[in-house]
Amino acid sequence: MLNSSLDNREKERRLFLSRMTASFIFIAILMLALVGRLFYLQVVQNEHHEARSQTNRLEVLPIPPIRGLIYDRYGELLARNEPSHTLSVVVERSGDLDALVQELGALVDLSEDQVSRFFDRVRGYRRPFEPIPLKVRLTEEEVARVSANRIFLEGVQVDAELIRQYPYGEEFAHALGFVGRINQEELRDLDVGAYAGTRFIGKEGVERQYEDALLGEPGFQRVETNARGRIIRVIEKQAPKPGSNLHLYLDQELQKMAYDLLGDQRGSIVAIEPETGGILAMVSNPGFDPNLYVSGFPTEIYNALRDSPDNPFLNRAIRGQYPAASTIKPFLGLAGVDQGFVTWDYTINDRGYYQLPTDDRIYNDWKRGGHGRVNLRKAVAESCDTYFYELAYDMKLEAIHDIYDQFGFGKNTTADIYNPFTGINPSREWKQNRHGFSWYAGDTINLSIGQGYMLATPMQLAIATSVLANRGRWVTPRLLMHSNDESLLDNIPEPPPDVHLNNDANWDRMHAAMQDVVQGARGTARASGLGATYEYAGKSGTAQVIRIERDENGDPIGDVPEQFRDHAWFMGFAPLENPQIAVAVLVENGGSGSGVAGPMMRSLFDFYLTRELEQ
Amino acid sequence: MNFTEYVRQLPQGSMDRRQSIWTRLHLDPYLFAALLAVSLGGMVVLYSATSGDMGAVYRQAIRFGIGFMAMIIVAQFDPRWFQQWGGTVYLIGVLLLVAVIVSGAQAMGAQRWLQIPGLFRFQPSELMKLAVPVMLSWYISRYGLPPRYRDLLVSAVLLFVPVALIIQQPDLGTSLLIASSGIFVIFLAGLSWKLIVSFGTIAIAMIPVLWIWVMRDYQRQRVLTLFDPNVDPLGAGWNIIQSMTAIGSGGLSGKGYMLGTQSQLDFLPESHTDFIIAVLGEEFGFAGAVILIALYAVIILRGMLIAIRGRDNFCRLLAGSLTLTFFIYVFVNVGMVSGILPVVGVPLPLVSYGGTSIVTLLTGFGMLMSISTHQRN
Repeated sequence: MLNSSLDNREKERRLFLSRMTASFIFIAILMLALVGRLFYLQVVQNEHHEARSQTNRLEVLPIPPIRGLIYDRYGELLARNEPSHTLSVVVERSGDLDALVQELGALVDLSEDQVSRFFDRVRGYRRPFEPIPLKVRLTEEEVARVSANRIFLEGVQVDAELIRQYPYGEEFAHALGFVGRINQEELRDLDVGAYAGTRFIGKEGVERQYEDALLGEPGFQRVETNARGRIIRVIEKQAPKPGSNLHLYLDQELQKMAYDLLGDQRGSIVAIEPETGGILAMVSNPGFDPNLYVSGFPTEIYNALRDSPDNPFLNRAIRGQYPAASTIKPFLGLAGVDQGFVTWDYTINDRGYYQLPTDDRIYNDWKRGGHGRVNLRKAVAESCDTYFYELAYDMKLEAIHDIYDQFGFGKNTTADIYNPFTGINPSREWKQNRHGFSWYAGDTINLSIGQGYMLATPMQLAIATSVLANRGRWVTPRLLMHSNDESLLDNIPEPPPDVHLNNDANWDRMHAAMQDVVQGARGTARASGLGATYEYAGKSGTAQVIRIERDENGDPIGDVPEQFRDHAWFMGFAPLENPQIAVAVLVENGGSGSGVAGPMMRSLFDFYLTRELEQ
Repeated sequence: MNFTEYVRQLPQGSMDRRQSIWTRLHLDPYLFAALLAVSLGGMVVLYSATSGDMGAVYRQAIRFGIGFMAMIIVAQFDPRWFQQWGGTVYLIGVLLLVAVIVSGAQAMGAQRWLQIPGLFRFQPSELMKLAVPVMLSWYISRYGLPPRYRDLLVSAVLLFVPVALIIQQPDLGTSLLIASSGIFVIFLAGLSWKLIVSFGTIAIAMIPVLWIWVMRDYQRQRVLTLFDPNVDPLGAGWNIIQSMTAIGSGGLSGKGYMLGTQSQLDFLPESHTDFIIAVLGEEFGFAGAVILIALYAVIILRGMLIAIRGRDNFCRLLAGSLTLTFFIYVFVNVGMVSGILPVVGVPLPLVSYGGTSIVTLLTGFGMLMSISTHQRN
């Protein structure tokens, strides 16, 4: 019994020993496997993991450049950069977004609009780990509140950045344009390196035209970060190169004056310095607050502007195309007299209408009963249509098209206006291509008073006026006066060839005829010229929108709905000798050019010239 | 006959029974030294893993203090005591696990603790890490080795109940360790190879069943992530990718103490708990990792030796099971951090920051020391 028990114990001991041996082998193999795995990771694959850990912690972060400033000709700041704090969320690093936004809502003032736009961007296409802005322009207090609670707000960051600010808001909205957030379409085309760290891009106007110069070049810093992206140490830094500052010909006070003159009327005013081609003022009314483009339009404001019948987003100065109407007459008259179709002494007897020799159609003068005996000077001063009908019939289309073209109609002659329309200076080919009909004699008649197929923008008329004031000398119309980047001026294109007359005296005589318009005894706009302390020249225009009943003075009979009223034009320059400013004024559906637009031009001249005298 | 002569005439080996100071203290010097080395080294790594948080190191040191005290105290008891009390502790443990589930039903989500009001939070599963091997060793050794089929069946039930309760919590890591400790007892007791092979086959056949019905989403995700961490590099795969990068970038000799960029710059998640060996691997390199594994090997070999020298079946089975389970700790943790096993919550024994597991482990080593120093009644 004792023996068998001892036997049993020995057997049990041996059984246990064999199991321990098996375990030992099992453990030895697995331990070696672990060591082998570590060897593989740390020795065989060391380089791979080493490189990986390097890129893990070393990050190259862009430092966005400071956008160039924009000044007016006297150094008044028109576009600046101001520090702004943006609250954004890195979705990948935050937990429950809804709860987070609610928590943030207790700390900062969040509108429903901001929240819904935030979630739209979260759901839409985005790069991973890209901070999604929730609110821009935090107040100092909000920044402090968020910073104090930052430790509880996973994935929330407050970034200070410089954002664009336009101190004059609406006044310069169309002239300067604006910057806005880079959209997906732009993202596809732009040089990603140049825009590293930059979230805004010029969308319109000067901001768009000079985008490359204003942008500058980004700098970089090589930093060590932790997994949460927080910078631990800056290893290397290369400063960004700030964008170039632009000094424009724009005159802030004149621009404001023009803006105020238009008031609540739709229209545009463009002023040019004939000597330099510099654009002094460029107003389109109504406008909008460009600062809203930077911060993000509240939807209801944007929708209201977009749907407004006044079309505030249309830059009427360069993209509003209107019949030039009677403002075209000085150009046509100048060509007619210089090329010998008429003389200054030649007269017609105007009975109030004109009839083509070839058909029965009657072309009425605006003044029923006519102007009587009319020479060129009187035809300009009183804006006699009949005189120009006849002249146009004699000159034929080609000569008319040519002189309009020489003054810059139907094409873009500006150096740095972004995306202008060219208007229409019609020709036979143009009509054939555009409408599929051949050119009729009647079309030429219409062209003589700037109606029919002809369209011009306020900018084009101002430029043509400036060339006329300059006695045919072209200077490329431009906004840029100078910049610390001198190469920008080298990019200003050559102007069209100067307008040469056979007899230079014709310039003075046409100027004198235009002076009669505003300062002559029978000028159409003599009312607006009263009391001027300087001599100046002008020409009114009244562009028909629709055929309406008129009395013997050409004024509409009865009440005409606003959208059918005539567009009011006025152009001119001052002073008569050595002109300093040339202007085109357009008031949409303003009615009479001499009555509505003429006084606006006079006010601008008064302001500009008297202020200049003071200096 | 004087005393010297008497001593000479005693049979060879009686001199061995002259107890050394260690035996009288009931401590095993090799085991003690290796455990102390791992603990101290672990605290050095912990200091770096917490980016120099001395407070964490103090708290860890206090746990080690408690753990070593528990070890020394437990070592004083004769193994007979474990045999006698094993069943009771096991029963209490199972009841507490049920209590955790009941109270956990009220507090939603994972519940592993039992809050003793005003006292402390207690994790019954830690208790079971010791109670299960003691219980099974006692039960199986009662009827001699190898166990009969009936004993196997009862053992399986004794093992299944606590494991199932802990999986419910859910705590995959701990239930895995407890299941291993029980299976090791049965294996060491001489479960026939034929049965081992059939159980193995059944287990493999069970994998799809586990996958579909038992495993939770996050557990499945962990397994999937193991096969390809790049599937979800910023989510579930992040831990694995970052820990492999940390270890791999350490190279042969490491980046230097406190200079591991992965761990110091927060790329490595849980760097002071389950993933702490990645810190060691990054800062001390292959050399440092191998030294740690060698220390673990010393502990395991010493434990196996104690088991083989055990005075009876109970002592042998218990010592063997505790030692093999300790190995599983090491293997699963290092395996998961180095990317060859799925991520289950198993700490690196004696190095990872965390209270209860240190005390439990050292208590277990106290039992081993008791077995090694109480050779006869």
